[in-house]
Amino acid sequence: MATLTSPNKRQPKGLVTTIVGYAVLIFFALVFIYPFVIQLTNSFKTEPDAASNPLSPIPHPVTTAGFERLFDGDFPLWIGNSVLVTVVVTIGRVFLDSLAGYALARLRFRGRRAVFATVVAVMAVPGVVLFIPKFLVFNQLGIYNTYTALILPLLVDAAGVFIMKQFFESIPVSLEEAARIDGATVFRTFWSVVLPMARPALITLTILSFQGTWNEFPHTLVAVQDPSLFTLPRGLANLVSGSLGSGTQYPLKLGAALLATIPVAVLFALFQRYFVRGASEGAEKG
Amino acid sequence: MSTVTTAAADRDDRSAGGGRPAHRGTGRRPRFGRGIRGNEAMAGWLFVLPIVVILGVFLLLPIVMAFWVSLTDWRGQGSPFKSGVPFVGADNYTHLFTQDGLARRDFMTSIRNNFYYVLIVVPVQTALALGLALLVNNRMLKAKGFFRTAFYFPSVTSSVAISVVFLFMFANSGAINGVLSWFGIDGPAWFSDSRGLIHLILGLFGVDNAPAALSDGGPLGLSWWEWLSGPSVAMCAIMFLVIWTTSGTFMLMFLAALQSVPVSLDEASELDGASKWQRFRYVTLPLLKPTMFLVLTLGLIGTWQVFDQIYVMSQGNPAKTTLTPAFLSYRTAFKDLDYGQGAAIAFVLFVIIIVLTLAQRWIMRDRDEPRRRFRWLR
Repeated sequence: MATLTSPNKRQPKGLVTTIVGYAVLIFFALVFIYPFVIQLTNSFKTEPDAASNPLSPIPHPVTTAGFERLFDGDFPLWIGNSVLVTVVVTIGRVFLDSLAGYALARLRFRGRRAVFATVVAVMAVPGVVLFIPKFLVFNQLGIYNTYTALILPLLVDAAGVFIMKQFFESIPVSLEEAARIDGATVFRTFWSVVLPMARPALITLTILSFQGTWNEFPHTLVAVQDPSLFTLPRGLANLVSGSLGSGTQYPLKLGAALLATIPVAVLFALFQRYFVRGASEGAEKG
Repeated sequence: MSTVTTAAADRDDRSAGGGRPAHRGTGRRPRFGRGIRGNEAMAGWLFVLPIVVILGVFLLLPIVMAFWVSLTDWRGQGSPFKSGVPFVGADNYTHLFTQDGLARRDFMTSIRNNFYYVLIVVPVQTALALGLALLVNNRMLKAKGFFRTAFYFPSVTSSVAISVVFLFMFANSGAINGVLSWFGIDGPAWFSDSRGLIHLILGLFGVDNAPAALSDGGPLGLSWWEWLSGPSVAMCAIMFLVIWTTSGTFMLMFLAALQSVPVSLDEASELDGASKWQRFRYVTLPLLKPTMFLVLTLGLIGTWQVFDQIYVMSQGNPAKTTLTPAFLSYRTAFKDLDYGQGAAIAFVLFVIIIVLTLAQRWIMRDRDEPRRRFRWLR
């Protein structure tokens, strides 16, 4: 695998490698994008049409029957839950992570190193080993199967604290000092002087939190069991899980999947820069 | 800077009723007395308190609780911390490793499945990510942004939603088999096909059943023949999905690293007469080493945790060939209500992940490489 072309090389050979390079790229672009085309178009197909022409990008005939059936059931409730959880968690995360990130970056207090070490250690704990631990705590606190269980544990994410700390360490300290000398409290300084400067980091964090929470699945699996508390991914998983490749109700399922994909897709279209920045912060999906 | 504070001055301040004290400066004196960073320690603790509490209550404490549960035979009735819960010591762990039985068979099967999964997914996603990054990084490439977006977009979508789409694509008469049929290939019934890849390859040479030497007496409760199955056809579909989902993120990481390679370096080596391959091998690749390390580590950690896709697409079926430790831990606790056993599996998985990460660090260690993981990020 080498780079496509290099300047001032002999023409014919350069042309061939260029064409091959583009061909490879276009092939992969198709592979990466076409499943979304399938998702979009098949959700507007009738069941027999989806079963016999899954690859065709044109529904024939176009129908919204799948969506209509979706909205007869619990589906609107799941969307509502997803929106609620995502909004609350995102606001909470941005606020709490920046508070903590600021303290760890700038304020001197005893135990700061220990707190930071804990945050880093927490980042290393694999989420899937926490199923049972989380469930036990919900049980002990009597909050299993409530919005509290759904929201509270997600309010803090170690990676977000880390991102904010990194950012606050990179901005000059002089403005804060000036504010302090003028007699502003620590919180006042943080709120009116530091946060306005942190806009890029805050946007990154907001977007990552939104995307992460909107897509969150395993946590909802151990936090709630009542269908009226399901978020979109949880409801969708329930709808589908274990139904092997038989062509039952696929337009409906793909419609639900499409609606789960759209908000993040829109966000991605608007703020791709920040997504890219977030990815380079070592964000990780399984 | 005078640092003389007296009780009298303090009293004066307070009696001034919140307004500015008449005598200039003394109002601030007490604060200067403790330095300009007067109440900083307190503010610091207040600022980190919420995250410390939430992490403590929902992460650290639960891990301790779960460890206790893994030593008991709690079945989900009442509280596991009451006196009536049977304490079984290390039984839940010995059931996984030394005692023959269904628990060990399932656990070892899940380890086998996940092992093959990691063995294929990690190298393929890393190679694909690197390849795409090299292609997209080309200076002469048009529409760079489009390609980057196309490759990265799958990584930001919901794992559940995309699993549904792939379930549809891998259906018996679905899109994948449709494409295969263009080439005259009769695609398998993906999610009901439990045949292992290595077994299939051996089958091409006429070895359809276990030779006597392999059919019994393998280690840890599975026969050698079972250990040597390779990933099943169903698992291959899941592997395809995961590679498709993760490559974009890793491509971005490689891209970030490639963009920090000075062009002059590449040009200098070109002037020195290095071939493209040599330039890649001796100039680019060494510079990518820290990123390579990060990508491999993240890949390894991620692949041992595969869960969402299994839950949505296969639930461990067919014939337990897509069972993974993460899913088995979940199923054992929440479906079979054997919380102790489930917690034990989770802890073993935790140890596996930590050990592998450390092993990888040790293998890829570099004497002159900074040890800070996030060093290369800006």
